[in-house]
Amino acid sequence: MLSKRVIPCLDVRNGKLTKGIKFKGNVDIGDPVETARIYYEQGADEIVFYDITASHEGRGIMLKVVEKVASQIFIPFSVGGGISSVDDMRAVLLAGAEKISVNSAAVKNPEIISEGADAFGSQCIVVGMDVLRVEKSKKIPSGYEIVIHGGRKPMGIDALWWAKEVERLGAGEICINSIDADGTKDGYELNLTRLIAENVRIPVIASGGAGNPQHMVDAVTKGRASAALIASIVHYGEYTIPEIKKYMHEQGVKVRMIW
Amino acid sequence: MLAILDYRAGNLTSVKRALDFLQIPCEITSDPEKLHQAEGIIFPGVGAAGSAMENLQKNNMDQVLKKLIQKDKPLLGICLGCQIILEYSPENNTQTLGIIPGQCARFNPDWTDAGGLPINIPHMGWNKVHLEKECLLFKDVDKDAEFYFVHSYYPVPEPEFVIGNTIYGQKFCSLHGREGLWAVQFHPEKSGRPGLKILQNFYNFCQEKNNA
Repeated sequence: MLSKRVIPCLDVRNGKLTKGIKFKGNVDIGDPVETARIYYEQGADEIVFYDITASHEGRGIMLKVVEKVASQIFIPFSVGGGISSVDDMRAVLLAGAEKISVNSAAVKNPEIISEGADAFGSQCIVVGMDVLRVEKSKKIPSGYEIVIHGGRKPMGIDALWWAKEVERLGAGEICINSIDADGTKDGYELNLTRLIAENVRIPVIASGGAGNPQHMVDAVTKGRASAALIASIVHYGEYTIPEIKKYMHEQGVKVRMIW
Repeated sequence: MLAILDYRAGNLTSVKRALDFLQIPCEITSDPEKLHQAEGIIFPGVGAAGSAMENLQKNNMDQVLKKLIQKDKPLLGICLGCQIILEYSPENNTQTLGIIPGQCARFNPDWTDAGGLPINIPHMGWNKVHLEKECLLFKDVDKDAEFYFVHSYYPVPEPEFVIGNTIYGQKFCSLHGREGLWAVQFHPEKSGRPGLKILQNFYNFCQEKNNA
């Protein structure tokens, strides 16, 4: 039986973490490679890098980061942010990433999903979706709408419809980020996560809202997610990954305990 | 030196990176001479069985591989390499190498997991390998260690070649072969420290055999 995955997410700009990471003991680290290595040694099951660099030079720097990460950590990792063509995908995969993640680019140009899946296999293609809770309507029957640009731009697309559509186009995985829950530390948006997980046959990663390990248990039980993304609860030293996994294990969730 | 067999089947550099990290000398090559000189061969592969076999045959690599096996050269097949070492794959209806008797099968989407939900295909993520018999590759590897899998087809070798099983909906073979000729369905190069240990064990075996 597959283990549920715990996935720390690192935001990178111009080759540096956007926020300093403070592990327990208050060691401040700005280097994404070193941070990834520490999370790897602490038992992260996968790592997500989100590159928020806009410039062309910055993209080159990110590829260097990816190469360094790939030579030091031996678990899968994905890279997202600014990937808008098959060539962008190829560059990141050749640098050593296992998966690439597309979000806004897929909303604007859904073919990028099928092109990427044809070229590299579905297992490489993660589709991230930012979702906002709205009034149920004819246009948005699930009451969950796709937004882009960090939640600022509603797209008039129903999130459940979009999830099925990206599966049809060949996505290998879906990462659902609830804009409502993001940053609240009140827990993941479980209704949304479950709604999508029950309606697709590809793994769903819950994202946004984690404040404690019980939230992660909820995401993979009540929310039926295959994995839970975490950021600030580990970045600022509130919990370590071993503490989180131990808690999940004690609650009866199958997680990888040997690393 | 370990040779990583190059037959244009996906990205071979992840195996090389792991061996470099372990400071195990290695080379990505399709040169028969170098393959014969190597202490052992790693036979990786991602992608589909059909195109992989085509690429192997185009370069006569299928014959080279069979010869190496006849000469008892240690070999580790990984993922697709673990499948096309058998006789047949229903993926693209492909006659494969036939180095180990058996064939491949596709996961059945009607299988259900422990929670009663239908399994997703591909089988992607971390899972355990339950050994049916002792295996040198797993020397000093914790029995609860997990490994990273990504695949839609799985090997079904003749029962005597089954070494380890994994459970995903149902039990399937995830490790087969015999001493010195091993095939693993998971990716040791992406499976953290236990995976690296398996690569190290393989290299140690090759060295000992070479020095014997």
